[in-house]
Amino acid sequence: MTDTASTMAPTEGRAWVFGDNIDTDVIIPARYLMTTDPAELAKHCMEDIDPDFAASVRPGDVIVAGSNFGCGSSREHAPLAIKGAGVAVVIAPSFARIFYRNAINIGLPILECAEAVAAVRVGDMLRVDLASGRIEDVTTGQMFQAQSYPESIMRIITAGGLIAATRQKLQAAGKLPA
Amino acid sequence: MGSTMTEKMLARHAGRKQVEAGEMIDVQVDIVMANDITGPLAIKEFRKIGIDRVFDPKRVIFVSSHFTPAKDIQSAQQAGILRKFAREQETVYFEIGRGGIEHVVLPEQGLVVPGQVVVGGDSHTCTYGALGCFATGMGSTDIAAALATGEVWMRVPPTIKFIYHGERPPWVSAKDMILQTIGAIGVEGGRGAVMEFTGEAVADLSMEGRLTMANMAIEAGADAGLFPVDEKTLEYVKGRAKWPYEVVASDPDAHYEQVYEFDVSHMEPMVACPYDPANIKPVSQVDQRPLDQVFIGSCTNNRIEDLRIVADLLRGRTIHPDIRCIIIPGSVEVERQALREGLLEIFQQAEAVVAPPGCGPCLGGYMGVLGPGERAVSTSNRNFRGRMGHRDAEVYLASPAVAAASAVLGRVASPAEIVREEVATR
Repeated sequence: MTDTASTMAPTEGRAWVFGDNIDTDVIIPARYLMTTDPAELAKHCMEDIDPDFAASVRPGDVIVAGSNFGCGSSREHAPLAIKGAGVAVVIAPSFARIFYRNAINIGLPILECAEAVAAVRVGDMLRVDLASGRIEDVTTGQMFQAQSYPESIMRIITAGGLIAATRQKLQAAGKLPA
Repeated sequence: MGSTMTEKMLARHAGRKQVEAGEMIDVQVDIVMANDITGPLAIKEFRKIGIDRVFDPKRVIFVSSHFTPAKDIQSAQQAGILRKFAREQETVYFEIGRGGIEHVVLPEQGLVVPGQVVVGGDSHTCTYGALGCFATGMGSTDIAAALATGEVWMRVPPTIKFIYHGERPPWVSAKDMILQTIGAIGVEGGRGAVMEFTGEAVADLSMEGRLTMANMAIEAGADAGLFPVDEKTLEYVKGRAKWPYEVVASDPDAHYEQVYEFDVSHMEPMVACPYDPANIKPVSQVDQRPLDQVFIGSCTNNRIEDLRIVADLLRGRTIHPDIRCIIIPGSVEVERQALREGLLEIFQQAEAVVAPPGCGPCLGGYMGVLGPGERAVSTSNRNFRGRMGHRDAEVYLASPAVAAASAVLGRVASPAEIVREEVATR
């Protein structure tokens, strides 16, 4: 279960920049889907597009990518691999629908911000305030504002992910002891 | 204003009279499905909820399809988790030798029917939209919540309408129509929307063809790909349906976000070149470098009609000496039918290898994984980098007819190159 406070805390890390339509097959190739362990999956994250990523990524780093990030397969192993690699947040102009849901559901922070994606360069130091959606490029001094989440999605985030939100829902309905 | 078939189906499953695109709603689902890759993760998350039983075991379907028969110890363990949970919860479960690929098995067994709302832990769950139900792919945690509650949260998607005019020329199939469509709108062209396929050229398609088109709606980023229910749908559903069904049609004054029109009369068979399903070219314009492998299978194209087309082309011919040709029937039932019709023998005579029903090399799991620099024609749905094996391997997506002709000639080829006489492809 995801801890709400840590999910929404401000983060600081280096930018890893990727192009448009990054699909879940390159985020985590199917040949590694025999496990559901985020740490194992993280070892092969982005392997087919950037073989150095998994070894070099540091906790708190940020993925900055083009539009339609996470398209293709519904494998939740993709956001799990990114989260397992220690990536603090993924920033893109848009996300594929299933990936967007998966990220919200498992507590991988994602932000939609086309302006930041257009400006940020590889290796820039980014400070991201997840609660407000403010993105600061510390290297260049530029500031960006990501789109805010719809209310119903914010409820899942603040509950700590979909499993926690589902527990709350079942408890409220008296189907699960509080 | 009227409603789209999507808005009507979602409204009925949300206990509402009407819903509009963009609204956030909780939807009751009729069927929840998962496979041997997404299922174990969904089960792990389900256990965390703290509830003992799934919401309704008759409405929960698990299919072992991706890494089965087990390819290694780890995949045996994953399939074991799925099998054990299915037995414990007494859900519907398809083991190897009894099922196949979920997206072939569920329609064929009448487990998904018109008017339903179906969620599946597999992006190609959109295949079932061919039957006029709302079916969409989700990740494992969404599936876990659906297993526990029988509900999912959803943003009502807008609908994009596609109208296909004209009559398909010989060798132009549903696969070519959907590749053409994805090429026209791009891999993000349907993102977050429903694609509704209409027009006389769609009405002319068999159910197999419609399943092929709906299957690839996700390749344009769409939530679902829907077909209007017609006589062919009802004929297909009759005798198979395991659930009561309901015909739901879009109103004439329904709101569409966009409308695209295509004329199929002068189309050529299409090929999607690496590394993107929208990177399409007419078959005659694809380069002629030699191929290493041809794969005929996957949830896109491995139903009996597909295998008949392939058999017609391979009968009395031999696979090119430099080609490894792998043919995988979509389900045990498709395989049985192919056996009865003598198709499997034709494949073997032609020196293709026939593998057991399942996903095979489509996702690079096993049973024909590509090595560095290898080039393959595949009837599947994705040609992303690394999808079928090594990151430098190249996958060309095509129809079964183009795949069979390519297997014979050892390069990307049109069936017209090996068959001079005109043969209808429907």
